[in-house]
Amino acid sequence: MEGIKQLLSSNIRKFGMIIALVGIVLLFQVLTNGILLKPLNVTNIIMQNSYIIVLSIGMMLVIITGEIDLSVGSVAAFVGAVAGVLLVSWELPVIVGILLCLVLGAIIGAWQGFWIAFVNIPAFIVTLAGMLIFRGLTLVVLDGKTIAPFPDGFRSLSSSFVPDLFGGSGGELQLFTIVIGIALSIVYVLSEIKLRRTDTKYEFKTLSYPLFIIKLILFIALINVFTYVLASYEGIPYVLIVLAVLITGYTFVMNKTVIGRHIYAVGGNANAAQLSGVKTKKMKFWVFVNMGVLSALCGIIFAGRLNAATPQAGNLFELDAIAAAVIGGASFTGGVGTVFGAVIGALVMGVLNNGMSLMGIGIDWQQAIKGLVLLAAVAFDVLNKNK
Amino acid sequence: MNETILEMKEITKTFPGVTALSDVNLIVRPGEIHALIGENGAGKSTLMKVLSGVHPYGTYEGDITFEEKACQFKNINESEERGIVIIHQELALIPELSIAENIFLGNEQAKKGVINWNETIIETRQLLKKVGLKLDPQEKIKNIGVGQQQLVEIAKALSKKVKLLILDEPTAALNEEDSENLLELLLEFKEQGMTSIMISHKLKELLKVSNSITVLRDGQTIQTYHAKDGEITESQIIKDMVGRDLSNLFPERNHNVKDNIVFEIKNWSAYHPINSERQILHDINVHVKQGEIIGIAGLMGAGRTELAMSVFGKSYGRRITGQLFRNGKEVFFKSVDDAIKNGVAYVSEDRKEYGLILIDSVKNNLTLANLDRLANKNVIDSSEEVVEAESIKSKINIKAPTIHQKTLNLSGGNQQKVVLGKWIFTDPDVLILDEPTRGIDVGAKFEIYKLINELAEQGKSIIMISSELPELIGMCDRIYTLNEGKITGDIDKNEANQETLMTYMTHSWRS
Repeated sequence: MEGIKQLLSSNIRKFGMIIALVGIVLLFQVLTNGILLKPLNVTNIIMQNSYIIVLSIGMMLVIITGEIDLSVGSVAAFVGAVAGVLLVSWELPVIVGILLCLVLGAIIGAWQGFWIAFVNIPAFIVTLAGMLIFRGLTLVVLDGKTIAPFPDGFRSLSSSFVPDLFGGSGGELQLFTIVIGIALSIVYVLSEIKLRRTDTKYEFKTLSYPLFIIKLILFIALINVFTYVLASYEGIPYVLIVLAVLITGYTFVMNKTVIGRHIYAVGGNANAAQLSGVKTKKMKFWVFVNMGVLSALCGIIFAGRLNAATPQAGNLFELDAIAAAVIGGASFTGGVGTVFGAVIGALVMGVLNNGMSLMGIGIDWQQAIKGLVLLAAVAFDVLNKNK
Repeated sequence: MNETILEMKEITKTFPGVTALSDVNLIVRPGEIHALIGENGAGKSTLMKVLSGVHPYGTYEGDITFEEKACQFKNINESEERGIVIIHQELALIPELSIAENIFLGNEQAKKGVINWNETIIETRQLLKKVGLKLDPQEKIKNIGVGQQQLVEIAKALSKKVKLLILDEPTAALNEEDSENLLELLLEFKEQGMTSIMISHKLKELLKVSNSITVLRDGQTIQTYHAKDGEITESQIIKDMVGRDLSNLFPERNHNVKDNIVFEIKNWSAYHPINSERQILHDINVHVKQGEIIGIAGLMGAGRTELAMSVFGKSYGRRITGQLFRNGKEVFFKSVDDAIKNGVAYVSEDRKEYGLILIDSVKNNLTLANLDRLANKNVIDSSEEVVEAESIKSKINIKAPTIHQKTLNLSGGNQQKVVLGKWIFTDPDVLILDEPTRGIDVGAKFEIYKLINELAEQGKSIIMISSELPELIGMCDRIYTLNEGKITGDIDKNEANQETLMTYMTHSWRS
């Protein structure tokens, strides 16, 4: 019992966000008479928020280093516009177009990273300038017009589903998705067992055996309920695979690698990191390059989903991404935050949007309520820390 | 002088999980300088925070009486109204504001919200005169030295009609000369009838100026001494502070100095990073042998830290010239990483700003400078990391509940051990230690000294920079003196004493 208590109190922040998310989901499930968690709507929530989740992962890294990026919305719009020109006007192959867009994102990130890391101009200024520059360039590239429609291959990234490889067409359940769920469960159990073995080998404290089993069952249930819900609609969207890869990839980098530790160190205390041999400037530079690439990916997904490159794309995305990171536990003083937290933060905002839309609440009140939630989340965190 | 100006009676203060003070009694008589002494974590600062209302009435038990009236301060304003003013260890001045603005910050000379600047300046001038500062009241704080800043803090306290002045480690950041000035000033105030309480780790200065000394240990009052009752000895106080005898302030070392020169700095010069015309270091030559501890003595501003940082991966200065040799072979440190790879470590004088990531755990701080040792293709073996961190923690006796504790919550001495541990983990051959015992208590100092000795006995070479001359004399085989960016002396252990060192340290070579 003591162990559980300690586990809870030491992870109050992480669990706090998850509890908040679950609470919001349950609230809207009731308020919308059960529409929220219908398979169609769950799939919708994922697809609607995919591009914000992509951005908030990058934003989380930026905020962990103690910086900020206000330009991501404009960069996403600019890359979407360039994608329109490359794929629609010039009719380049889809893969080539996407790769060129990602490289463009990296170059933009490098441009901003250069001023921030090596010339020491505050990120706020550099990216505020970037916000204007790339919004302007979007208009230049598009000549103020909308380019549409995109080829099918480009759209599938953001709006298609993995086909049922087991040929089940027209069935109630997509068998392939269920199989994926089972496969994931097996991978999960195996990795947990491996982890437990290492911990035992090193004589670290582990969960008691019954608790361990309960934890396994809980997570297996969670994975399979989720895939079951997806299977009841059209199966797994391609964009979910992209998200899964990004989330696991970035979580791994941040927790397990030297690069991740150095990013946290730069944000925690740049002077101390510098004197410990961390290349702080390089680190900041690459975090912005990374942000550029993810902004580009966001732009691609968004343009695909809209099936058009428009001058207004990506408006206020930067604020959604920052809000997601902050709700997810980032601190503006740097050094704190997790990739997982950013995803939870983005989902909190996403479910709020979706739930309120389902209830027919107008966009005016939605904005106001989202603002209050952001403030409440941070206030809760600050008060909790002062206790 | 048997009356009492302040009485704190049976003060008990608990934080979640810790009792910081238990039944502490403190009696201060009017017009005296009362010293409060104890190891870090003994409860001195907590006691002063209770007194000044930082910990408001109701969050502690016990009674406080000041000038025969009970005190129930809810905040620091209420205590200041009664004339109790505290000057914290970390100076609380705003660098971009002028001296006058800082002194009257929160207490502006204003009518209906409009500041009377003439009045402010005139008042400031008088206050500065009282503390013996000849400065323009409109000078910005960032342009004056730390010693002068400390005096401005005192002037600020005077502006509040102070009756009881509390100084928390007033001389910690000062060099010997500035400390001396400050102590003189305190004695002068005493003559004028002001009462002060002074917290310090420097026993010598306390013994010199104070009338009474109260020793705290582990949140309890151990003893109060009065100067008039006879001689107070340093050893007696140390014994009270640590609860044991420290027969010698400096532990014994098996001298194991080999003849080979492990690290050599040759003709090293550097210029100021912003004002690139100003030369900070002039043709410096320093060498250290295997197993040797050398000292670098110099007054503040002599260029000690600048020397260390410019050598350590060009972390300071511009237009750096000169050569570095490791075991006779020339090496180039373009970055900190190069220095670490060549077996050189640098422990900064400012562990909070340059040594630790305070919001991070003991473990992550310990391994930060050498993560490659734990990583395979960039991926950290987290189990191995825990094992290594645990082993350092127990080896150098870092007192923390677990290695996952944030370093923010450790005492100064333990923080310093974490910084040392971090560099021990890089397995260096040369350690440059910049003020390794600054702001830590006697017991922890002794442990740090022991650690340094052990490193030397293992054959590592130590370059020790310190403001405390006794420390250098007690620890080093050889001491270089530095003045105005130039080496002015290279003195053997046997010839080193405070007078000689001071002579060389102040020997001006420019004329």
